[in-house]
Amino acid sequence: MLILILTATVAASIPLVYAALGELVVEKSGVLNLGVEGMMVIGAVCAFMVAAETGLLWLAVLAGAVAGALMALIFAVLTLSLMANQVASGLALTIFGVGLSAFIGQAYTSVALDGLKGLSLPWLSSLPVVGKLLFSYDILAYGALLAFFGVSLFLYRSRAGLILRAVGESPHSAHALGYPVIRIRYFAVLFGGAMAGLGGAYLSVVYTPLWAENMTAGRGWIALALVVFATWRPGRVLLGALLFGGATIAQFHVQGLGVEIPSQFLTMLPYLATIVVLVIISRDANVIRLNAPASLGQVYHDDVH
Amino acid sequence: MHYQYLAGKAKHLLGLCLLAGGLAAAGSVLAEEKAAAAAGEPLKIGFIYVSPIGDAGWTYQHDEGRKAVEEKFGDKVKVTVIDSVPEGAEAERVAREMASSGNKLIFGTSFGFMNPLLKVAKAFPDTAFDHASGYKTAANLGNYNARYYEGRYLAGIIAGSMTKSNTLGYVAAFPIPEVVQGINAYTLGAQSVNPAIKVKVVWVNSWFDPGREREAADALIDQGADIVTHHTDSTAVVAAAEEKGKYAIAYHSDMSKYGKKAQLTAVTHHWGDYCVSEVQKVLDGTWKPSSIWKGIKDGMVDLAPFSDAVPKDVVEKVTTAKAAIVSGELQPFAGPVVDQDGKEVVAKGSIMSDEDLSKMDFYVKGVEGKLPK
Repeated sequence: MLILILTATVAASIPLVYAALGELVVEKSGVLNLGVEGMMVIGAVCAFMVAAETGLLWLAVLAGAVAGALMALIFAVLTLSLMANQVASGLALTIFGVGLSAFIGQAYTSVALDGLKGLSLPWLSSLPVVGKLLFSYDILAYGALLAFFGVSLFLYRSRAGLILRAVGESPHSAHALGYPVIRIRYFAVLFGGAMAGLGGAYLSVVYTPLWAENMTAGRGWIALALVVFATWRPGRVLLGALLFGGATIAQFHVQGLGVEIPSQFLTMLPYLATIVVLVIISRDANVIRLNAPASLGQVYHDDVH
Repeated sequence: MHYQYLAGKAKHLLGLCLLAGGLAAAGSVLAEEKAAAAAGEPLKIGFIYVSPIGDAGWTYQHDEGRKAVEEKFGDKVKVTVIDSVPEGAEAERVAREMASSGNKLIFGTSFGFMNPLLKVAKAFPDTAFDHASGYKTAANLGNYNARYYEGRYLAGIIAGSMTKSNTLGYVAAFPIPEVVQGINAYTLGAQSVNPAIKVKVVWVNSWFDPGREREAADALIDQGADIVTHHTDSTAVVAAAEEKGKYAIAYHSDMSKYGKKAQLTAVTHHWGDYCVSEVQKVLDGTWKPSSIWKGIKDGMVDLAPFSDAVPKDVVEKVTTAKAAIVSGELQPFAGPVVDQDGKEVVAKGSIMSDEDLSKMDFYVKGVEGKLPK
């Protein structure tokens, strides 16, 4: 039973891991994109449409990522090239994404799809306990783990990551050193969009293989909260995603077992945890200074010094 | 800091969007009205749905009612449909617009439309309003609902006969009487053929959230349920059962497409006859607000065709029970009904009244867990 709960927890946390890791990189570059929910839902609908039309799941997942990146491109042009306010543009992106996905997905609400199945590795998957716990997921789940290592190494062990963080801390200094701030931020935002799109694709072709209007149901916002909850650290994002995913799964199991905890209480736990973390880190200015990118959310222009 | 600004900005944006949408809708409605007047006055009828129509589910079934009206009356009616209307203030706006653009009969098919419709009905005394699934009526507002629990009882007989683990899973939306009736009737139906049955209920606190419905179904299956059913709107529960090689009993619509092997049957509801008779009454000038609560006997509730997995003797049992419900011999909530704590709620020989049914707030014996209140 415990193993079943744990595997369900991992599956529930995958879309959060993708979207939150993407947003983490975006925010590390100093850009705040509140459009995660919109990019996710567009990724979900596009992946589903491609899967339904072609039956090729890898192409569907790719389409989800590309669609997410295209959404992010809109945001990037607005905020990085046209200097629009990031908060307002991000919110608009979410509202736009939810509406657009409902519109283009209309014809697909009734399509049934065979989702991506879990891997079955030669002898690893049949190992007792460990096989089910570690080697029974679909390929996107392992992809999420890979993405975690990739992002961690990139941010803290590579020169490019160092430059990206420098851009997030002080775009003016980075610019003075000769780094193309805007271009770097473009890449970060596009990467964030692709990752959100992957998270959405995971939902629509793997997790619940169907398309329904607004099917991300706030997971994009959880991913955003998760980045703050993790105080902008990839390891904590992974941990937090498992925790948030676990809270969702646990509430259903707790109910099924007949334990008397109001389900609404468990539903709000992830958000409550985020608020608590926000309060704690806000009390200590040093923690913020150490982790939050200093220029987060501020409009930057090459000419302004 | 940014977050305060964010909230202000969001309101602003939303307001603008709503305003623009409202203006556009008002414009098109006016244009339609002129066209209708020129063509010689068909009866204008409006349908307000809470969600997209889609291909299965609550709104889909109501839209089948709309189709029946159009088929029956053809040119004599002109039907307008507005779907995806959120409950609350937005519903009131839509209803008001429909009434003021000349619709003489308006169907609102979501529980949360009740108070908005009540308000609008007062403002338009010459327009007939029919509200699905509520409990309030007014001089020109009727309500209609189905006895879904009768279908649930029959579905329970199938589940009770076919389960191997004696554990049934139930994914439920909100703890309102309608949903609780379904859970209890399902349990009683299952117990009528298999006294050892246990029903596990998981509340997802949403009518429509495929992800959570899926997670809930998975959790129930992991806890030993080998047949799952749902009182939510998406097809996720049936799909979950299909993937895990378990059985499912669908709700609202036949969802066999999403669970070819999983779906045993579905508890369905049908509004065509009702909608047609209401339209006829308005055409005849005899419409009066009514309070309708009909079940299997009148065809408002039914079961979808059984899958091949349901054994013959089970089919017979269900057919017999169905006939007994139609004849009035069998009442799902006929005494003795015992609640979870062993207290007798309905005495032997008596039948739960409609009033008590519509206030049901307890689990019968055999349902696990506590009912959230």
